[in-house]
Amino acid sequence: MPDMLTADLSRWQFALTALYHFLFVPLTLGLSMILVIMEGAFVMTGREIWRQTTRFWMNLFGINFVLGVATGVTMEFQFGMNWAYYSQYVGDIFGAPLAIEGLMAFFLEATMVGLMFFGWNRLSRPAHWLVTFLTAIGSNLSALWILIANGWMQNPVGAEFNPDTMRMEIVDFMAVIFNPVAQAKFVHTVSAGYVTAAVFVLGVSAWYMLKGRHTDVAKRSMTVAASFGLLSAISVVVLGDESGYTLTDNQKMKLAALEAMWETEPAPASLTLIGLPDQDARETHFEIRAPWVLGLIATRSLDKEVSGILPLVAIAEDRIRNGIAASEAVARINVEPGDAAARETFERTKQDLGYALLLRRYVANPADATDEMIRKAAFDTVPNVALSFFSFRLMAGLGFLFIGLFGLAFLFINIRRAAPRWLLITALVSMPLPWLAAELGWILAETGRQPWIIDGVLPTFMGVSTLSAGEIILTMVGFTLIYGVLAVINVSLMVRAISAGPGAPQPFARRRRPSARATSQPTFDH
Amino acid sequence: MDLPLDYATLKVIWWGLVGVLLIGFALTDGYDLGVQTLLPFIARSDEERRMVIRTVAPAWEGHQVWLITAGGALFAAWPFVYAISFSGFYLAMFIVLSALILRPVGFKYRSRRPEPAWRSGWDWALFTGGMVPALIFGVAMGNVLQGAPFTIDQELRTTYGGNLLGLLNPFALLCGLTSTALLVTHGVSYLNSKLEEGPVRNRALAVGKISALLALALFAIAGVWLQSFGFRLDAPMDPDGLANPLRKSVTAAPGAWFDNYSLHPWMMIAPASGFLGLLLAWFGLSRRSDLAFLGSSLSVVGMIASVGASMFPFILPSSADPRASLMVWDSSSSHLTLFIMLIAVVIFLPIVLVYTAWVLNVLKGRIGPDVVNNDTPY
Repeated sequence: MPDMLTADLSRWQFALTALYHFLFVPLTLGLSMILVIMEGAFVMTGREIWRQTTRFWMNLFGINFVLGVATGVTMEFQFGMNWAYYSQYVGDIFGAPLAIEGLMAFFLEATMVGLMFFGWNRLSRPAHWLVTFLTAIGSNLSALWILIANGWMQNPVGAEFNPDTMRMEIVDFMAVIFNPVAQAKFVHTVSAGYVTAAVFVLGVSAWYMLKGRHTDVAKRSMTVAASFGLLSAISVVVLGDESGYTLTDNQKMKLAALEAMWETEPAPASLTLIGLPDQDARETHFEIRAPWVLGLIATRSLDKEVSGILPLVAIAEDRIRNGIAASEAVARINVEPGDAAARETFERTKQDLGYALLLRRYVANPADATDEMIRKAAFDTVPNVALSFFSFRLMAGLGFLFIGLFGLAFLFINIRRAAPRWLLITALVSMPLPWLAAELGWILAETGRQPWIIDGVLPTFMGVSTLSAGEIILTMVGFTLIYGVLAVINVSLMVRAISAGPGAPQPFARRRRPSARATSQPTFDH
Repeated sequence: MDLPLDYATLKVIWWGLVGVLLIGFALTDGYDLGVQTLLPFIARSDEERRMVIRTVAPAWEGHQVWLITAGGALFAAWPFVYAISFSGFYLAMFIVLSALILRPVGFKYRSRRPEPAWRSGWDWALFTGGMVPALIFGVAMGNVLQGAPFTIDQELRTTYGGNLLGLLNPFALLCGLTSTALLVTHGVSYLNSKLEEGPVRNRALAVGKISALLALALFAIAGVWLQSFGFRLDAPMDPDGLANPLRKSVTAAPGAWFDNYSLHPWMMIAPASGFLGLLLAWFGLSRRSDLAFLGSSLSVVGMIASVGASMFPFILPSSADPRASLMVWDSSSSHLTLFIMLIAVVIFLPIVLVYTAWVLNVLKGRIGPDVVNNDTPY
């Protein structure tokens, strides 16, 4: 039986390395697109100032990009290292998008990014623009494939358990690719990346404006960031990934948890604006509710119900009891592959096999489970309600704040041709917020799926490798040290490059004669 | 569903494709790793080091994707192999990861500050990021050839009985030194064709002529030593069989890794290429000829193919419970997944090769002080 300590430590390590990885990914996704826009302006207008603007942001892009690459390799390897049973149980489905991600996206992104930096003097202007564009497309395609993989963990469509190979196997690949949860996640995540980059560009530019430095580059950058950011901020809120939350029992559970809604209400359900969820008491204190709103958002209708947590627990209990039969049938097929009766039972109960596995936390053989264990396992299907509830509210609140920020920036820049000082300061202090929102989004998405690693199919604790706690602690300390040092270096290099500003000579090329870049002083061509 | 290719054929195709991805990685990123390993030794001044870095900096990132894709392909095509090797070799994988993490930051951050201590620090980071993976990949091959101490239970959960020190056994270390010497030779062959005349190229050539002969000797010793290892199927398996590694019988049989060569003598091409390629590399380096790169490439292909040819149809034998050994016939993904993934490879791999060739063409030309000082983006 898998060891709970190993499972908890593996989860912590995955959470830490994934959240760290996602500090760099959103900026890569968004800034690559902003570079395409800026370099496009250079190619179209031929104005040197646009090249200078592009190269300034490209320089910052590079500092950030490499850490996304470095920490991304850890993510791919970690499935096999820490989640070996998961990997063999669902590799037939989950591995495919990862491999296609490499073939279709990483190759493109990684091959082009070198040329994007080293090709300025070797390519024509449109050809270099194409390279920048392909780098951006590669980054964004990699997000598509990894979110198809992650979407399948949330809504495992197109696959079935095969008792002869003791794993999930693919039956419909198109269902995996066009999984509605994956599609919603992709749009939501990529938009969040665009917002992050737009806030970054807006904030750094605002700092230059406040200091009165590099205002020619800063003004142009703000114009791009405000329009791009406004569109993205609207998209990230409107196309949130709640749209898939009504599809399965577990997605419904996630929705109920993030709303801290314990009982099913008559449709259309009300939205809890604020409250204090209490998981032990199974109720939410001090609630303030907005009538109808949740039913409208979640079901896009007036007459469909949104299920509450406790009714969903009751469903889970039934499914566990049904799953025990499936698990017994699988054990019999293992001993005697020709057992027709066992195969017939399995076919009837297989959709609940994963629920029986929830009992493995309490008992080696699900068939020996007591009623008490079954009740406990059923309540295990409730994720951490308070964490889901608050991370959702904070994330969504930030989403609306970004719409406001970009809306104001857009209006002032386009109507008044200048942003007032208070708005510049707001933009500057808002810089960390999109990262906070993105991390909260992942915390919600992944802890909200618990106790499942594959929703309804495999409990998280079952997925781990047979490793000792000591081994995982050793690597966790190792990753923390390496990542910590790199974070400090990354931030210091960013600050250094931003203080140096556009057009500053770089130490690399200082030896013989100044590079082309260093001679191109800021020009003012309004 | 009826698929145009049967399951057994697809299994063999995927065995070949995993080999192609590993060879693609070793051919392209292999010379990057070799160049990184050489960096602190063949280049002394900052300008010299920037020259050496500049030979690989624009393209190494694309090269590493061969490894990433090979990892993804293992996951998709051979989930068992991916799960057991990555979790079993846990701490070794962590060491490789730590070294690989140093590569992108080393290449990008070194030039950001002028202080000699800063730059020298990143030079050693780049050395570590090159040498450690080059060594560990060989060590991994050595362990795969000996079999790994894992067992598999009824619900196909695996338990690994070894530890990090067990992986660093004498034969595996010999394989690690072989791969390091090979990739250093490959790196020198690349620098021979990529650097302008000058002291750095001369120092590299001096190292390369020794490392080529060293790799040749180590490969020969490993070949003789290989007589002590091997596993054999007790009865032929059904190539169309299910992906369940517990339904066969295997025994450890020292010397069995040479069975394929007596059954199919043409497979001797693989080890022969390993030897001939190194000789050609040595010859090319002595003559300062581009033939060296052809030779080291041939040797890279030959050595990786030798491991595959010796072991087929074994992928990862178990020394703790030979019956649980992972075979081409019983460790792969389902028929449909293998087919879909083949389609993906057939579509995307040619596209990758085309744009990679275009990028290399744009970047072509020898690197000297002039390029470093006038054609760098920073």
